[in-house]
Amino acid sequence: MPSTSGTSGTSSVPAEPARLMALMTGAEKHGPAATSTLDALWVLYDRVLRVSPAEADAPGRDRFLLSKGHGPMAYYAVLAAKGFFAEELLPGFGSYGSPLGHHPDRTLVPGVEIGSGSLGHGLPLAVGSVLGLRARGLAGPRVWVLIGDAELDEGSNHEAIAYAGPAGLEQLHTLVIDNSSATHGWPGGIASRFEAAGWSAETVDGRDHEAMYAAFTAPHPGRPRAVVARVEPKSPS
Amino acid sequence: MDTMRDRFIATATRLLDEDPRLAVVLAEISRDGFDEAARRHPDRLINVGIREQLLIGVGGGLALAGVRPIVHTFAAFLVERPFEQVKLDFGHQGVGGVLVSAGGSYDWPAGGFTHMAPGDVALMDTLDGWAVHVPGHPDEAEALLRHAAAGDGRDYVRLSLQSNSRARPLIPAEGRTGTGTGTGFRAGFATVREGRGAVVIAVGPMLDNVLAATEGLDTTVLYATTVRPFDGEALRRAVAALTGDAADVVLVEPYLAGTSTAAANDALPTTPHRVLGLGVARRELRAYGELADHLAGHGLDPRSLRERITTFLAR
Repeated sequence: MPSTSGTSGTSSVPAEPARLMALMTGAEKHGPAATSTLDALWVLYDRVLRVSPAEADAPGRDRFLLSKGHGPMAYYAVLAAKGFFAEELLPGFGSYGSPLGHHPDRTLVPGVEIGSGSLGHGLPLAVGSVLGLRARGLAGPRVWVLIGDAELDEGSNHEAIAYAGPAGLEQLHTLVIDNSSATHGWPGGIASRFEAAGWSAETVDGRDHEAMYAAFTAPHPGRPRAVVARVEPKSPS
Repeated sequence: MDTMRDRFIATATRLLDEDPRLAVVLAEISRDGFDEAARRHPDRLINVGIREQLLIGVGGGLALAGVRPIVHTFAAFLVERPFEQVKLDFGHQGVGGVLVSAGGSYDWPAGGFTHMAPGDVALMDTLDGWAVHVPGHPDEAEALLRHAAAGDGRDYVRLSLQSNSRARPLIPAEGRTGTGTGTGFRAGFATVREGRGAVVIAVGPMLDNVLAATEGLDTTVLYATTVRPFDGEALRRAVAALTGDAADVVLVEPYLAGTSTAAANDALPTTPHRVLGLGVARRELRAYGELADHLAGHGLDPRSLRERITTFLAR
C-alpha cells in the first residue's frame, strides 16, 4: 500500500489525496462536489472503515457506498491513496478505456461498492445491504453511505430514512455532505429529519477531522446514525 | 384451485425454510399471507411498508450483501413505478434477484387502470439480462419460481389470475445456459399442436383461448412460459415444418400487443415471414367489470382471436 501522508487530526486538506485529485482533469464542473467530500472521505478511510484492498471482497468488511456519484475525484483519490488501485489510472479519468468515469461503476473499480450517479439510490441500497448482512448473521460489518444535501431531495431517500429508524438498523450510517446546494433548503435542519425518524444524528464541521472522527465513532445502540458534515456553500455554477 | 399468487406465497414460504440464501421483500402487498414466514424467519421476511422505490433498492442491497432477494408487489408498483431502481439497483450493479409480480394486465378490472400493468414486460425488455417468466397455471408458477430462486440471475416472474385449465410440463430450452451463472434452466417453447399453415405462439395464460381459437385450423401452436430469453430455436423449427413461400407467425400475449414481435423477427432473420402481434391494446378501455370483459374488450377471447387470426392468414 502506498504511504499516506494525510493529516488526520487537523483541519487542513490531506496532502496525498489532494495531490492525487490533481491528476484528474475534465470534470471541473464537478470540482466543488468533489472537494466537498474530501475531508470526510479521508477521515472515514484513514481512521474509521475496516476495509482494505486485501479484504475488498471479504464478507466481514465494512461497506462504503458513495451515493452522490458525481464529482468522484476525491473518492478515487482516497481509494488510490489507500492502494485499491494504482494512481497511474487517475490521469485517464473519464476516457473511453479508463475504469474511472465521472460517475463510478462498481464492476470496473476495485473497492467501489456501488455504481452511482443517479441520485437517491445509495441509501436504499445501504438499507438492503444491512438487512442482507443481518440475514447472514453478520452483525460486525458497518455500512456507510454518503449523500449530498441536495440529493436528500430525492424521495427514495425518505422512504429509506423512514424505514431504517423504526427498523433499528444500527449497522447503518449515513453521511450527509451539506454544502447548502438544495434549492429549497431544509428548514429545521437536516439532522432533525433523521431524528424525527428515530435515528441518532449529529451535525459537525465537515472540515474538522477530529470533530468528524468523534461523530463517526459515537455509539448509537439500536438506532441508525446520521452525521451531517457542513462545508462551505457551493459556489454559484 | 389456488391462484398463482396463493401458490407463490406457499412456495416462497417453503423456500425460506429450505434455502438460507433467500429473503423475501414485500411492500405491504401479500403481507398477511407471509405471517407465518415472518415468525419463522424474521431476518429474511422483510416488509418495508408502502415504499416501492425502497422495495427495489433493498432487493439490490440484499444481493450486494450476498443474499438472493425475492421481491414482490403488484406489477404496476414493482416494475413501472420504480423502474429506474430496477434498471440500476440490479442490472447496473451487476447483481441478480427474483421479481415476482401479481395483478398482471387486468386481474382486478373493478380497480381500474391504476392497478393494471400491460406494459411491464415491454419495459423489462429494455433491460439486459432479465429472464421473463409468464406461467399459465399455478403449478407452472411454482416450478418457474423454484428454478428462478435456485439460480443467481435476474428473473421476472409475472403472476396472474388468468390461468389455463391445466398445467403443462416445462421443458428445458435447447442450448440455453441462462442469463446468470445459476442453474441455467430456462423453459423452452413447447409444441402443443402441429400444423402446416402457420405458427401461433401462446404466452402463459393465453394458451386455452388460443387452442380454442385455432381449433380445426392447420396451425402449429407453441406454448411459452419463459418468453425471455425468446426461444428462437423452437420458432425456427416450427417454421421450417410449414408449407408455403412465407411463414405466418402469430403471437398471443397477455400483456401489451407486439411486445415480442421484435424477438420473433430477430429469430427469423433469413426466412421470409409475417408476424401478427396480438395482446393488450395501448388504449385504456376506461371500463371496470370482470377479467372476461377485458379479454373481450381487447379482442383476446376465443371468438375474437379466431376472427383476427383467420383474417390475417387469409390475406
